[in-house]
Amino acid sequence: MPQSAEHVLDHVELFRGPEYQQMLAKKKIFENPRDPAEVERIKEWTKTAEYREKNFAREALAVNPAKACQPLGAVFASVGFERTLPFVHGSQGCVAYYRSHLSRHFKEPSSCVSSSMTEDAAVFGGLNNMTDGLANSYKMYKPKMIAVSTTCMAEVIGDDLNAFIKTSKEKGSVPADFDVPFAHTPAFVGSHVTGYDNALKGILEHFWDGKAGTAPKLERKPNGAINIIGGFDGYTVGNLREIKRILELMGIQHTVLADNSEVFDTPTDGEFRMYDGGTTLKDAANAIHAKATISMQQWCTEKTLSFAAEHGQDVLSFNYPVGLSATDDFIVALSRISGKEIPEQLARERGRLVDAIADSSAHVHGKKFAIYGDPDLCYGLAAFLLELGAEPTHVLSTNGNKAWQEKMQALLASSPFGQGCQVYPGRDLWHMRSLLFTEPVDFLIGNTYGKYLERDTATPLIRIGFPIFDRHHHHRSPIWGYQGGLNVLVKILDKIFDEIDNKTNILGKTDYSFDIIR
Amino acid sequence: MSLATTNSVAEIRARNKELIEEVLKVYPEKTAKRRAKHLNVYQAGKSDCGVKSNIKSIPGVMTIRGCAYAGSKGVVWGPIKDMVHISHGPVGCGQYSWGSRRNYYVGTTGIDSFVTLQFTSDFQEKDIVFGGDKKLDKILDEIQELFPLNNGITIQSECPVGLIGDDIEAVSRAKSKEYGGKTIVPVRCEGFRGVSQSLGHHIANDAVRDWIFGHIEAEGKPKFEPTPYDVAIIGDYNIGGDAWSSRILLEEMGLRVIAQWSGDGSLAELEATPKAKLNILHCYRSMNYISRHMEEKFGIPWCEYNFFGPSKIADSLRRIAGYFDDKIKEGAERVIEKYQPLVDAVIAKYRPRLEGKTVMLYVGGLRPRHVIGAYEDLGMDVIGTGYEFGHNDDYQRTAQHYVKDSTLIYDDVNGYEFERFVEKLQPDLVGSGIKEKYVFQKMSVPFRQMHSWDYSGPYHGYDGFAIFARDMDMAVNSPIWKRTKAPWKEAPSAKLQAAE
Repeated sequence: MPQSAEHVLDHVELFRGPEYQQMLAKKKIFENPRDPAEVERIKEWTKTAEYREKNFAREALAVNPAKACQPLGAVFASVGFERTLPFVHGSQGCVAYYRSHLSRHFKEPSSCVSSSMTEDAAVFGGLNNMTDGLANSYKMYKPKMIAVSTTCMAEVIGDDLNAFIKTSKEKGSVPADFDVPFAHTPAFVGSHVTGYDNALKGILEHFWDGKAGTAPKLERKPNGAINIIGGFDGYTVGNLREIKRILELMGIQHTVLADNSEVFDTPTDGEFRMYDGGTTLKDAANAIHAKATISMQQWCTEKTLSFAAEHGQDVLSFNYPVGLSATDDFIVALSRISGKEIPEQLARERGRLVDAIADSSAHVHGKKFAIYGDPDLCYGLAAFLLELGAEPTHVLSTNGNKAWQEKMQALLASSPFGQGCQVYPGRDLWHMRSLLFTEPVDFLIGNTYGKYLERDTATPLIRIGFPIFDRHHHHRSPIWGYQGGLNVLVKILDKIFDEIDNKTNILGKTDYSFDIIR
Repeated sequence: MSLATTNSVAEIRARNKELIEEVLKVYPEKTAKRRAKHLNVYQAGKSDCGVKSNIKSIPGVMTIRGCAYAGSKGVVWGPIKDMVHISHGPVGCGQYSWGSRRNYYVGTTGIDSFVTLQFTSDFQEKDIVFGGDKKLDKILDEIQELFPLNNGITIQSECPVGLIGDDIEAVSRAKSKEYGGKTIVPVRCEGFRGVSQSLGHHIANDAVRDWIFGHIEAEGKPKFEPTPYDVAIIGDYNIGGDAWSSRILLEEMGLRVIAQWSGDGSLAELEATPKAKLNILHCYRSMNYISRHMEEKFGIPWCEYNFFGPSKIADSLRRIAGYFDDKIKEGAERVIEKYQPLVDAVIAKYRPRLEGKTVMLYVGGLRPRHVIGAYEDLGMDVIGTGYEFGHNDDYQRTAQHYVKDSTLIYDDVNGYEFERFVEKLQPDLVGSGIKEKYVFQKMSVPFRQMHSWDYSGPYHGYDGFAIFARDMDMAVNSPIWKRTKAPWKEAPSAKLQAAE
């Protein structure tokens, strides 16, 4: 018997012993298993160029896509406002999934309600669900705002949010002047980054353009402030705090829109804070007067930025700025738009990042990387690798489109280190598997699901992206700003050094290179 | 010891009733009336828990429930390892349920096993407008080409499929014929069907009945010689290896397990199950349907069992043995005896650390009742429990075999109610899911996820009990819970003072 009270074995070790191994071997006869030689043959076949060609010829099936659906992004954006309860109109299972997904990544509570539509609502529409749901949520959770989005069910049957919310208010579900912005977020269009965009635009439209016809439209009186939008970001906690620190250092009056950096990082002190921090509703409204709106992620905010531009603001977007040049561009733009000087402290922080790159670049230089993730994240990471002298080789974004592909290609063409790189919009991680077998790289950068690729192809995985379920707390540290660039550099270097150690640690065989100084 | 155990039963009952009244005050009148039926205080001697169940969740209350797709793809079908399960519809459902349930299996993933892959038709707007059947047809071809060692395919419908009038049954039949009788199972588990995961279990069971059992007679004999001791494990999803730490006990007592439903299971095992002499059913909620069907159609008896904690394990081994001859009965006694020293050592080590600690549960399936015995074996006291998607027969079993007088019962509890109950009763441990975990930990209440075993496990069987005991101890007695208040802020709460 392997188990004991003194040294309790769990799943990691329990099943390794002969008792369980024999049991599992005996189980095989009931499984009608494939011939092991055939399994081996197919396994090897999946590594070939021939398989890759068939794999890339897929037109209908997605296998391990690296994207989620719109309402997840809507929920993520909505909780970035003061005491705001996201309310997703449609089937309730979806909301259980968004909450679980966000909690597994952030290791934090994630609050969101559903209108719990079922078969009768599919036939008659979900108006009653909206009316009852708003009334219950309002009374139970005392929000300052309820931000409504939709699941695909409500979209397929064509529920009209604007009309439903209006009717619900008439029926007294919530006070007439209570803020209920909304956005249609069909899961069969775009991805979670689209949902982020739609929800944020919906909220701004609500405050700026007359609250769905119930209030006068705001008249813009330009001031010197800058709005900042983070976009859908697994590092929102660390990143938004870092951006705010930089803005404060520069003395720039600013509003971070959809600031969910507090609600996804509340303390454990005996109190559960369902709501915490967030952009105040007053600031959300006043954001119309800002001089400019800056998005940290272009592909997360296309509609929102157009909307801000239509209201007369200067708009500017970045592509997940990671590293030296991207942060330079961001800081210089802030200075240009605000007219504020760049403080010496930022120059010193920049210098430290340069220092670190100079110290370590020999280990990164020439290494080949595969990257996958959201379109902006891919761009930002590829740009940083180029300035480290590393060679991005495959860049894949399931939710990237043709315009993203062209922009990526222009970036890669601008650097001698990007010449050997291919860009793959709309592809999934089963495509990436073929790429890693047929054109191997030294390292893979991606989210937790990349561990399956690491296992299959032995490409070491550097975890950067969303979701990260199997490593803790990295979202609390920024990867934007000079400080963030340093954090990314360290993540990459740690993996590189671990790999060198792993390759040189066999006693008496390879350990002549098992150096204590690297 | 916590506040909850310091009063008499009568006082506890009065307090719990008062607590329910207090919680109901938050609701609009109509909602309060509906929710009142789902909350109760169990009274000893009653044959059920006195709550309504399996009723639609109320909009906007933050129900913890999921949907039929979660019940079918996520629970019943997903763990069948040698079949490809297509999440048919938009990308999200398959994405959020990808690999998160910890259904362990042995196989070469992506080659002959597919549990931790996310296959989806990733519906786009044009699929909604023009229908998804053509796409599905092509997907099945692509799976056949790229995953040639799959032994079958299931189509797990997401919401839009049932709303746009797709005929996935026709596609399945046609493609099955095209591939020489390949098993292709369409499952109508759209998320809007029913009121929770539960209908998804039922639909998934029916799909096995219609699309697997409906075809097996033609297949002929199983590929092994039957014995009088053949049993099938039904309703164990092998979370963290649960089915394995169960199977080992059954085999040690002399039985032969010919199928696992569905953790680490295979199509061949599903097909062979009608040859079993007894179906043993762990998760009654999700697989009683197919067990009843096999009883009616094939004459296979079934018996429920509980492999959480040594008391229930011993009871269950004896109950299962009761269906067989003396050889097996002796085998059961031999197994119980063999593991007794482990049980004694685990209890000697952990019970003193856990004695008298109170627990509140809120889980799905069988666990709101099944784990109570394991806590009691460790001297712990379950003071509140409820089901995410239980039916009346679950609450009857709970009342008749598990809960104590004055236990607080909450069906389809929502965020607000659960937080108020825990805040008031101050249990030493809450066992629930990922959505609840961080809420209660913020409140300084120790917590274990009782769906996923909080990434630990197995918890079934004797080997699992040792892990269960270790995990409950590490949660309840983590030193961090005594340090959640800054020393310069107000004095610790009554609960924490008492705990010290």
